[in-house]
Amino acid sequence: MIAAVIALPALSAAVLLSFGNRTNKFGPLLAIFASTGSFLIGLWHFLQMVARPAEERPALTTVYEWLAVPAAGFKINFALQLDQLSISFVLLITFVGTLIHIYSLGYMSHDENPRRFFAYLNLFVAAMLLLVLADNYLLLYVGWEGVGLASYLLIGFWQHKPTAAVAAKKAFVANRVGDFGLSLAIMTMFIVFGSVSFSDINSGIVGAPAWVSLTLGLLLLLAACGKSAQFPLQSWLLDAMEGPTPVSALIHAATMVTAGVYLIVRSASIFNASEIAQTAVVITGAISLLMGAIIGAAKDDIKKSLAGSTMSQIGYMVLAAGLGPIGYVFAILHLITHGFFKAVMFLGAGSIMHATNDNVDMRRYGGLPKVMFFTTITFFIGYLAIIGVPPFAGFYSKDHIIEAALSHSWWAGAAVLFGAGLTAFYMTRMMMMTFVSKSRWHDDVHPHESPLSMVLPMIVLSVGAATMGILLTRNHIFEHWLEPITGFVKPEPPLPIQTITTITLSVVAIGVLIGIWQNIKIAKVAPVKVSFVVKAARKDLYGDVLNETLLMRPGQGLTKSLNIFDNAVVDGFVNGLGLFVSGISARLRRSETGYVRSYAMSIVLGTALLIIALLMVRI
Amino acid sequence: MNPNAYLVLSGIIFSIGAIGVLLRRNAIVAFMSVELMLNAANLAFVTGSRVWGTLDGQTAAFFVMVVAAAEVVVGLAIIITIFRTRNSASVDEASLLRW
Repeated sequence: MIAAVIALPALSAAVLLSFGNRTNKFGPLLAIFASTGSFLIGLWHFLQMVARPAEERPALTTVYEWLAVPAAGFKINFALQLDQLSISFVLLITFVGTLIHIYSLGYMSHDENPRRFFAYLNLFVAAMLLLVLADNYLLLYVGWEGVGLASYLLIGFWQHKPTAAVAAKKAFVANRVGDFGLSLAIMTMFIVFGSVSFSDINSGIVGAPAWVSLTLGLLLLLAACGKSAQFPLQSWLLDAMEGPTPVSALIHAATMVTAGVYLIVRSASIFNASEIAQTAVVITGAISLLMGAIIGAAKDDIKKSLAGSTMSQIGYMVLAAGLGPIGYVFAILHLITHGFFKAVMFLGAGSIMHATNDNVDMRRYGGLPKVMFFTTITFFIGYLAIIGVPPFAGFYSKDHIIEAALSHSWWAGAAVLFGAGLTAFYMTRMMMMTFVSKSRWHDDVHPHESPLSMVLPMIVLSVGAATMGILLTRNHIFEHWLEPITGFVKPEPPLPIQTITTITLSVVAIGVLIGIWQNIKIAKVAPVKVSFVVKAARKDLYGDVLNETLLMRPGQGLTKSLNIFDNAVVDGFVNGLGLFVSGISARLRRSETGYVRSYAMSIVLGTALLIIALLMVRI
Repeated sequence: MNPNAYLVLSGIIFSIGAIGVLLRRNAIVAFMSVELMLNAANLAFVTGSRVWGTLDGQTAAFFVMVVAAAEVVVGLAIIITIFRTRNSASVDEASLLRW
């Protein structure tokens, strides 16, 4: 039955893509229907699961035998594992996904081909659900590649724009590096354990040698880095903002980019077995959360600023996931709350773009609350949630991560605290530039509130962004919910909880104040004379430059030298051989004089030679 | 019977014919030299036939004669055609088929 969750959007995508323009009229509605149906089935399963006692909640459904080599004792089922972790994702994906489907109805109404857009959205939802429901790594890999494909198709949805086409390619290539890590991890699992299912790995990793868990951990971290835009594979995410804004909200904020966090939490047993791998995860998360925040603080493009913020928030999740059993639950908790508040802010950004002729430059915003009431309110709720003001969602999830990080080490704690201050700063900057300051619109822009289909999802999501934190953390409900799957150890920070909360809130308050103070007056054009930090952050902290110098140019050099080798050595040999033969033959053909007597002479000589040879053989 | 004298004679005639083919430019003379070579071979054949007391060599000699007769027909026709077009019977004149 759970297979229907995946089947519905997959079928809808298949219908919309294979029947083409004939489905234009009802295509978007069919896609929304499929996504909603998927959500309702997921909800039904969730309610059933809640009714069961904790130890009976996980359920395994084998749909069919997928791959089998009986001689090698190798069998992989197309099996779906529905447990507390995966149902949390199913609900998040289908709920946020459905809302964004509805939002797209308004947002894409002026587009030439919304049907194709909705088909890709459904394809994404199906692939993402397969990713989180798979009961083995190979099936997960299918979903993993599926979401990569959907992401590629949707980033490049406006493929007539060269920037979008390039961004899509970049995302695909960067993701491929990560996928490489995952495929290597799966092969390693198969070699060491002879199986790729979660249960076999979980039981096998306990007695396995240390290098196995270390290798697998690092490979899975590479995979997570690619998919979740973590350092050093982060550069694609900012460019991915070329895609339509609902895509940025669904794929590049709420769901797909969190797949890396899911992978790490799902592979908890592997990471628990290797401290080095865990530390690598924490360091990756810390670097990414600071990098993302710094990039987000310098961008004038609202979507890129939000993308930097996404990278930073996922850095929080990855860091939490690297902390071990004290962090897994909070990583997922932050993932869910982030899904809500980041989605609502992206949708808000889309709503503003919709109103201002697709302008993304925050320096030409300002004064929007007068004309866009609902967008302002919902965006403001998202803002309060992300910077962690109680009682909004982000406060609960981020505060827990800070506590867990502090009980892990001082430097992890310092990174998340500093990150919280930076978050408050760049989000306040965004609020100031977009809403609070006076209007600096382009002359031909007449902002207006978006249609109901766009406003409604934003309101629903903002309610989630406001309340999700309280709902999930009251009586430690989420910790008890996930504990049977991921394990949970209560973090024991070196400071009392109240002190940590006070410090966090003070850091956030300082960030907010600096954000307000720095952005009271906003220039219409970005100032040129800025500090080197801002310069670096405007260039994505030289992520592209790094890739270019470390990978692209050496790669180009390699291909160039191979080309030279091919032209000089390989072609030289072949052409030389040809020249040699034609040179020889040019000389040999001189013997063809046309004189009968010279031919006769060669016959005589040949015969003489033959006779001499025969005589010699006889002797 | 001692065949040596016949074979030596055959060799001499053959050599004369071969040298004639190689050195002479007149097509008719070259042609006659070829005939000389053929008949030298015939002489060797009939000598062999006589020595072994079988008819094989004579049969072969007859074959050679028949082929030579046919060759003469074709060869002379070609020579006459060349002579008609070029007004010359020199084999060196007909040397267009070359590199």
